[in-house]
Amino acid sequence: MATQFDVIIVGGGPAGYVCAIRAAQLGLATAVIEKDKLGGVCVNIGCIPTKALLHSAYVAGLVAHDAKDLGIEVGSVKTDYGVAMRRSRKVSEQNSKGVEFLMKKHKVTVVKGTGVLGPNRTVRVGKDEYQARKAVVLATGSRVKGIPQIGLEINKSTVISSDEALFLETHPKTLAVVGAGAVGCEFADIFHAFGSKVTLIEALPRILPLEDAESSDALTKSFKKRGVTVIAGAKVKKATVAKDKVTLEVETGGKTESIEAEKVLMAAGRAVNTENLGLQEAGVQLTDRGFIKVNPATLETSAPGVYSIGDVAGPPMLAHKGSREGIVVAELIAGHHPQPIKYDNVPSVTYCHPEVASIGMTEDQAKERKLEYQVGRFPFSANGRARTAGETEGFVKIIRDKKYGEILGAHIVGGHASEIIHELAVARQNEYTVEEVDLAIHAHPTLSEAIAEAALDSMGRVVHI
Amino acid sequence: MTTKVVMEALSPTMEEGRLVEWKKQEGDAVAVGDVLAEVETDKAVMELVARAAGTLLKHVVEAGATVPVSELVAVIGEAGEAVSEEAGKRGGGEAKRDSGTAGQADSGAAGQRGSKDSQATQPSPGQNRPVSMPPAPPTAAVAAEQRPSAKPPAREGNGAKAAPGRVKASPLARRIAAERGVDLVGVTGSGPEGRVVARDLETAVATAPVSSRPAPSGATASAPLPRRPADVPYTDVPLTQIRKTIARRLAQSIGPVPTFYLTSEVDMERVAEAREALRAAGKREGGEAGTDAKVSFNDIIIKAVAMALRQHPACNSWWQDDHIRYWNEVHVSMAVAVEEGLITPVIRHADQKTLREIAAESRDLAARARERRLKPEEYTGGTFTVSNLGMLDIDEFTAIINPPETGILAVGRMAEKPVAHDGAVAIRRRMRLTMSCDHRVIDGATGAQFLKTLKGMLENPLALVW
Repeated sequence: MATQFDVIIVGGGPAGYVCAIRAAQLGLATAVIEKDKLGGVCVNIGCIPTKALLHSAYVAGLVAHDAKDLGIEVGSVKTDYGVAMRRSRKVSEQNSKGVEFLMKKHKVTVVKGTGVLGPNRTVRVGKDEYQARKAVVLATGSRVKGIPQIGLEINKSTVISSDEALFLETHPKTLAVVGAGAVGCEFADIFHAFGSKVTLIEALPRILPLEDAESSDALTKSFKKRGVTVIAGAKVKKATVAKDKVTLEVETGGKTESIEAEKVLMAAGRAVNTENLGLQEAGVQLTDRGFIKVNPATLETSAPGVYSIGDVAGPPMLAHKGSREGIVVAELIAGHHPQPIKYDNVPSVTYCHPEVASIGMTEDQAKERKLEYQVGRFPFSANGRARTAGETEGFVKIIRDKKYGEILGAHIVGGHASEIIHELAVARQNEYTVEEVDLAIHAHPTLSEAIAEAALDSMGRVVHI
Repeated sequence: MTTKVVMEALSPTMEEGRLVEWKKQEGDAVAVGDVLAEVETDKAVMELVARAAGTLLKHVVEAGATVPVSELVAVIGEAGEAVSEEAGKRGGGEAKRDSGTAGQADSGAAGQRGSKDSQATQPSPGQNRPVSMPPAPPTAAVAAEQRPSAKPPAREGNGAKAAPGRVKASPLARRIAAERGVDLVGVTGSGPEGRVVARDLETAVATAPVSSRPAPSGATASAPLPRRPADVPYTDVPLTQIRKTIARRLAQSIGPVPTFYLTSEVDMERVAEAREALRAAGKREGGEAGTDAKVSFNDIIIKAVAMALRQHPACNSWWQDDHIRYWNEVHVSMAVAVEEGLITPVIRHADQKTLREIAAESRDLAARARERRLKPEEYTGGTFTVSNLGMLDIDEFTAIINPPETGILAVGRMAEKPVAHDGAVAIRRRMRLTMSCDHRVIDGATGAQFLKTLKGMLENPLALVW
């Protein structure tokens, strides 16, 4: 006899566990099946430990370069990646324990093991069978991937992914990072701060290719200034993997260049976990790109009563997008009518220094759609608070619809960009225009004032420049 | 307990409403949903309905008054119940803070606006609006945001609520709705708690843009235009809601003065004959009066214009931004080319002057204009302008209105033309008149009627002395 629940969630990452909590809150008997640690990639080998390491990197930079200016003499600065790594592990473990606690608190049953979907909303874990009365939610997430076609298969010693980088005892002397999305840029930032000579390689014409071109440019400038080698629009033609080093042949601008590194960190995309899940048998279809196909309004798959959320259900592969889907799907399953998710209003953040945050359209996208827009900008070099902190890199850029003042997109490069972007997320969610953003009084001195100024600038009324 | 009845925002863009007529009188019993009054909004005449049952105790404002949204207009209570002094008074701020009465739900921007307006502009019932008005909010967006729009929320029970809720709508949705002329009251909101968001407007059907609505008949558009003795030089009439909307929309579309043009060709045979006769008579008189008999076509046109303006006061007006000044006097400006440009000396009370007087005065004014010896009071204060380029062989042209005047007549040359006349082709002296009209005041039909009258007078100059 199968154990019965109302909702069975396969995967205990930020999509799955949040879905479980919401379902439990709504009175549904809920189980989460997790083969590893609760919290998923995010808590254990993603968002959380990298942010812990980035904080170490930030302090390293502060102490090494800025302390003296701030009136603090620290003598010679020595960094130890191993210590920073072990601290990041502690933070991850605390967070994972926190999720365990939350599961208990909300009386969610956690089943350890690998869930395999069966017919009629059943899930097998080893020999045990579980029956969902209402719904099964697939939240199996994604994993790093290599590029075996060019010889860059992850071997966990010289060709590594973030999974391994997060557990290194020492920093490599030289590191090539392949892929300059958020993950690539963050690790370039971390290892550079710990003393690695870093080369950041991106196939597309600019790093952070999904961000606004001005954001990419600002970060490139900052990296280069610090001594990170940035090669964009570059194709890795061939990789020769030796025992203690990797040689990459990189073609850029018609020239082929050879780059040698102790380790190569692969950060060129992720693969979704759809294998050995019993999807085909249960009638769950995939999209052309390999994601689980869902109805965007209901997040239901092609198999009735089977839903999917998070990375495996499609981009953007971001924890906060997955969490939101978890909440919405739990409410749908409970018969509520949640507000639909605005997928065009999911903030995107890269936590390197300076931070890069954005929401909505890039200027190029606005141009492509032939929208009539007006750009407002404000540099942090003109912001009092940024100057007090000595963090004057970057800017706020707001793209305003000319006719209605709608905030089409916003881009922030600078210290704490990840925090202050949410003002614009709230504004966009509620359809405030730039005028409401300006009308809200911003405390002085704060970084957020730069947002109000950029809003004003989009109307041609900037005050402080 | 008494319940206050306030001016509701019956359309999303409504900031104030003119209480056209009370449908319930003091002492009448009212049930929830009964029509209390008709209110003219910026779009249409709509009904103000009762949100509470009882007896209509008091009309706080009289019919005809313009009342800002959310201001008190009446009080409902039990028969015989005393209306507290406070409740019986208008005054947005106080009324709103009165926690003892249910239903003062309106808050925030709407409330503030209401009270602000009440201090600045509160008209006493039955009177015209004061001449000075508070300036409009600095930007359109501010206005859009502060604009309270209301629909009564679905209510459970009969709650003694007098004030309406607001239409919940995002600022973006409000802007799009305003732009497209969509009434948010009719839009089902899909946002949190039924909030109208931009996507809800994708399917919403736009009501007809205000600018394309048929112009109302003169009587509805502006209160009956009084003919007063000359001791009252003009009458200021408050702008009706539709007039305000027309003004705003048209100005947005075309510029500060939304102008349109009307052209009419006039048969000048009889004017020419009359002029010949007058000149001949002048010669016969000779001596002292001789020079006075040099009457020009332009003098005759000015006289005819002045007489026609008498019959069409809408064209004898000034646009004053927040009201329209209908002049009871007729002062015709005539454009005179001078060395450095042009100037418009005014023939005052042209409708009351004889052709002889007008002829003498226009010659004197024109001569002194060319010498730049006019006094300011001689070239200001006109109520309508005549500009004539006929002597320069211009067939027809359009002239630019000289604000605050709302109309100008461009006179083309008089020329012999073959025209159909009495069933045969005849050579007749014809002249083209083109009138520029400020659409904020003069609608198409209004201008056309004026022009028709003028044409009739010129084609039958005896009408000038009729």
